[in-house]
Amino acid sequence: MNDHLHFLARHAAAGKLSRRDFMAKAAALGFSAAAAGTLLTSQAHAAEPQKGGTIRMGLQGGSTTDSLDPALSTNMVALMMIRLWGESLVELNDDGGLDGKVAESYEASADARVWTFKIREGITFSNGKSVTAEDVVKTMERHSGEDTKSGALGIMRGIKNVSADGNNVVIELESPNADLPYLLADYHLVIQPNGGMDDPTAAIGTGPYILKDVDMGVRIVAEKNPNHWGDLGYADTIELIVINDNTARVAALQSGQVDMIDRVPPRTAKLVDRAPNINVHSTSGPGHYVFIMHCDTAPFDNNDLRMALKYGINRQEMVDKVLNGYGSVGNDSPINSSYPMFTPAEQREYDPDKAMFHLKKSGHDGEILLRTSDNSFPGAPDAAALFQQSCASAGINLNVKREPNDGYWSEVWNAQPFCTSYWGGRPTQDQMFTTAYLSTADWNDTRFNNEKFDQLLLAARAELDTAKRTQMYADMGEIQRNEGGLICPMFNDFVDATSDRLGGWVENTKGQPLMNAYAPMKMWVKA
Amino acid sequence: MPLIIKLLAQRIALGLILLFLVSGLIFAGTIILPGDVAQSILGQSATPEALANLRAELGLNEPALQRYLSWLGGLVQGDLGTALTSGRDIGESISQRLSNTLFLAFWAAIVAVPLAIFLGLLAVRFRERWPDKAISGVTLASISIPEFLIGYVLMFFFGVKLGWFYPTATAFRPDAALFDKLESIALPVATLTLVVLAHMMRMTRAAILNVMQSAYIETAELKGLNGLQVIVRHALPNAIAPIVNVVMLNLAYLVVGVVVIEVVFVYPGMGQYLVDSVSKRDVPVVQACGIIFAAVYIGMNMIADIVSILSNPRLRHPK
Repeated sequence: MNDHLHFLARHAAAGKLSRRDFMAKAAALGFSAAAAGTLLTSQAHAAEPQKGGTIRMGLQGGSTTDSLDPALSTNMVALMMIRLWGESLVELNDDGGLDGKVAESYEASADARVWTFKIREGITFSNGKSVTAEDVVKTMERHSGEDTKSGALGIMRGIKNVSADGNNVVIELESPNADLPYLLADYHLVIQPNGGMDDPTAAIGTGPYILKDVDMGVRIVAEKNPNHWGDLGYADTIELIVINDNTARVAALQSGQVDMIDRVPPRTAKLVDRAPNINVHSTSGPGHYVFIMHCDTAPFDNNDLRMALKYGINRQEMVDKVLNGYGSVGNDSPINSSYPMFTPAEQREYDPDKAMFHLKKSGHDGEILLRTSDNSFPGAPDAAALFQQSCASAGINLNVKREPNDGYWSEVWNAQPFCTSYWGGRPTQDQMFTTAYLSTADWNDTRFNNEKFDQLLLAARAELDTAKRTQMYADMGEIQRNEGGLICPMFNDFVDATSDRLGGWVENTKGQPLMNAYAPMKMWVKA
Repeated sequence: MPLIIKLLAQRIALGLILLFLVSGLIFAGTIILPGDVAQSILGQSATPEALANLRAELGLNEPALQRYLSWLGGLVQGDLGTALTSGRDIGESISQRLSNTLFLAFWAAIVAVPLAIFLGLLAVRFRERWPDKAISGVTLASISIPEFLIGYVLMFFFGVKLGWFYPTATAFRPDAALFDKLESIALPVATLTLVVLAHMMRMTRAAILNVMQSAYIETAELKGLNGLQVIVRHALPNAIAPIVNVVMLNLAYLVVGVVVIEVVFVYPGMGQYLVDSVSKRDVPVVQACGIIFAAVYIGMNMIADIVSILSNPRLRHPK
């Protein structure tokens, strides 16, 4: 049969072409409806999971200095690696709900203060040892100890006591928290034998794969764990290859050196998608690019000046030009529709007149210094230049200062009063607000201090009635939108790409890029 | 003869003094990197206690001079220290990376040096005619284009479009068979060759042309020797000193200047190791890489000096 028809059939099976369009094009090429239909079915049949083969991933973010200790993991490569060899108690599923992993089920006391997790029976670590409640308790202890450097420390702070009760783990909290299971899905908190206290870098866990060859910042090779309890993972071997250079990563995918890559640059994503054997996937997520002002530092301690800047930014223009359309407009709150209890607020638009009004009211005169760097988010200097122009038409004199990438996170972010930055987002509102907007948060990078906001946050955390909680989060969003130091012009989509060799991509998953980092295990090599 | 030994000893001593001065510069450089070392390692979430613990652990509370001397002491005994981020022995990690870098540099040199000298000779033989102009034009163009762009262009055409070679060096494994290794580094080698070719070729051409003005070349020509023979047998030996100089300079570049190429082609060499460590402020690794790069550079230049002394009778037997 004709090559072009096969090409169309593949596109149709991949969802790039509707069935009707496919049939019409096939007819135009001179094929009968029956022949074309059979071809389409055979392509769709290839969509059934196949076992075996090797999946190679080209990933950004790995470094020679990475550690195998999950407590110290910070980047995408480390996350994917942990997903392979280990599991947390529970995990976010494709729809944003939770699936049990090491914990089979869990329940809360009526006041959401005491949580009981039932450990899955009969599962073993990759070293052959069975998993006990004691291992879970030790893991929690290691991430919350006095001298821990764990990235999950913020999550563990609200936990008063963790104890083993037979096959159950009982977690007592300082104050009620309806979101605890979501917090425990954090990837740092993989369950390790004896909590990883003996050897945190052993990479022994209950995951579907076992690490065979680790060369940090270069390549990680994992093979299927024959004793894994679940049915996750189709390929025999998964290779994570670190390719930090954007062009090289795309070239490696195009030539078939790798089967899947993350972070396709938005600027070239449409070109990459045009290649016949490559599919680009755009997934909306909680990640967002921001301009942050310190609410306690002049001139940003004046809410009218903050409002002037919020009206002086053209959000749609930034989505179009900085994200090339791979994203959605923000609304000066870190929450969007990817959060479970989201209520949309009225969209704030670019309005030079209102911006000028608020600027006059603030009484501020003179230039405002905005600091930015290339690594604060991709395209940040361009976004800052756009902001400067849209502000100029509102009479606001914005001066953009470019800072070096090196040292940006220690010298500028969270240190200077006005700069560009990004947030990856969190699975729940409570976690996002607690991480960055509670007045006592470690990473309160807008120096936001609002009593009502703090009270609402604590009240919502203890509230098990979803309707009431949703209302509280809506109120908090409104406070933040009208008084906060956050200018959030856009939510960036995750843009990933896979080769035709693989099947099983699921659109619009929640959480992290690449199907919440499960893509290598939930996808398969087509026979 | 003793005179030559004295000369060599002088050169080597000079090299060592230079290396010592460079070690001071490297140490000073890592100190003035922006940001506190402990803060950079622990990140934004660091507590004051953890910072204080780490500073004490790293010996950051001691005066800089004392830290420098203890580092230098370790260095002299061949101890490069341990990496701050991974806690691994630096010597061990570096040796694999260094051998990868040297492997790439070696094969680039094997291709580039003979090719450059041959093209240089060819350009002299056909000077001011079209082969000369073509060679000069192509090599000058390739040196003028930024190396990462050459890399991307080769990657696009030979890796993606034609599919002749791997676009990236991700298939490279240090323990693979030689042919497999060469296959995976074909494009980085080609890129490096294009980058260093022009400099060596131009220098060869200029040095030989200089000699070609001499009376004995005219004599050789009058004896009836053909053009290429005159150049290879009579002109080249007398032009060897400047050529060796520029070759060594480029060899040194192949080792220390390949950071960009290694990052573009995802080659696990010293360059990537250094870049990763600088951004994480893994100071001992940065210092170790710096001192190794400096040693290679100084060593190569020293060899060039020595060869030019040995090849020049006037320097060999000074009156």
